[in-house]
Amino acid sequence: MSDLALIGAVAIVTAGLTIAIGSIGPALGEGMAVARALGAIAQQPDKTNTITRTLFVGLAMVESTAIYCLVVSMILLFVNPFWNYFSGN
Amino acid sequence: MEISPDNLIYFARSPVVINATLVFTWLTMIFLVGVSAWVTRQLLVRPPLPRWQNVLELVVDSIYQQIKDITQQDPEPYLSFVGTLFLFIVTANVLMVVPGYQTPTGSLSTTTALALCVFVAVPIYGIRQQGLGRYLKSYLEPTPIMLPFQIIGEFSRTLALAVRLFGNIMSGNLLAAILLSLIPLFVPVVMQVLGLILGLIQAYVFAVLALVYIASATQVQQQQYPISTEGTNHE
Repeated sequence: MSDLALIGAVAIVTAGLTIAIGSIGPALGEGMAVARALGAIAQQPDKTNTITRTLFVGLAMVESTAIYCLVVSMILLFVNPFWNYFSGN
Repeated sequence: MEISPDNLIYFARSPVVINATLVFTWLTMIFLVGVSAWVTRQLLVRPPLPRWQNVLELVVDSIYQQIKDITQQDPEPYLSFVGTLFLFIVTANVLMVVPGYQTPTGSLSTTTALALCVFVAVPIYGIRQQGLGRYLKSYLEPTPIMLPFQIIGEFSRTLALAVRLFGNIMSGNLLAAILLSLIPLFVPVVMQVLGLILGLIQAYVFAVLALVYIASATQVQQQQYPISTEGTNHE
């Protein structure tokens, strides 16, 4: 297998693995956060505004780890730095 | 496939490169400034308010109230900075549905610039509020051992701000493009609507996080007094 094909294969497999493994944690975390927030809203409906606001900010921060994985896999797929290196500039 | 509007170059002569990010950032800014200038041409104080003045007042007032709720301080100094960030990102994200519009927030350059604004604004507000010495001392606050982590945190949260906004918007655009080639009927429209909601939420999150960072730089000293506001708003 040539260098280029090897890089392509490794990049694609790694990109898939990155997004697959990297989305497990944030998904679990977000699920727990939303479950707690719903429980809190059910108990104290008059605090809904504050809870929702904090929930959104918290979700965005939890989600950012998944977004990092997405960005890394996108870089691997579309702007892979090693690609240009071996394809003879 | 285009991953960012940076690669779409309209004009290039060796030192100057005009790409889509630059063009659409300026278009967005012109749009915002133009609408504001047009609405505020004649402002009225008495009840029959012009319709658009009402809209603008509603926007500014709701941002004012949100800042007041989150920081529990006087919102006046933060209103212009955080409000501008929010309005720019919202406009850029919402105009995404206009055909041919390349969202400038879908480029890492724009989001890095915005995050760097926050990075610079945090010490400025902190020093203005507490003075240089007390601001620097807040880095040694729990114990001096934490100093390296505080500094790393300062940089990593800037990186996180930039990459979060970029990743969300870029993934939305990319998903729409991929779906367009897979299921070109109806489904991309639903994804666009979802992208609109996502864009609004991300703009809100960016503004709130900027506000929380600024507020945490200005509030550290106040917490040592017994009449402290509760620390729940810190990160």
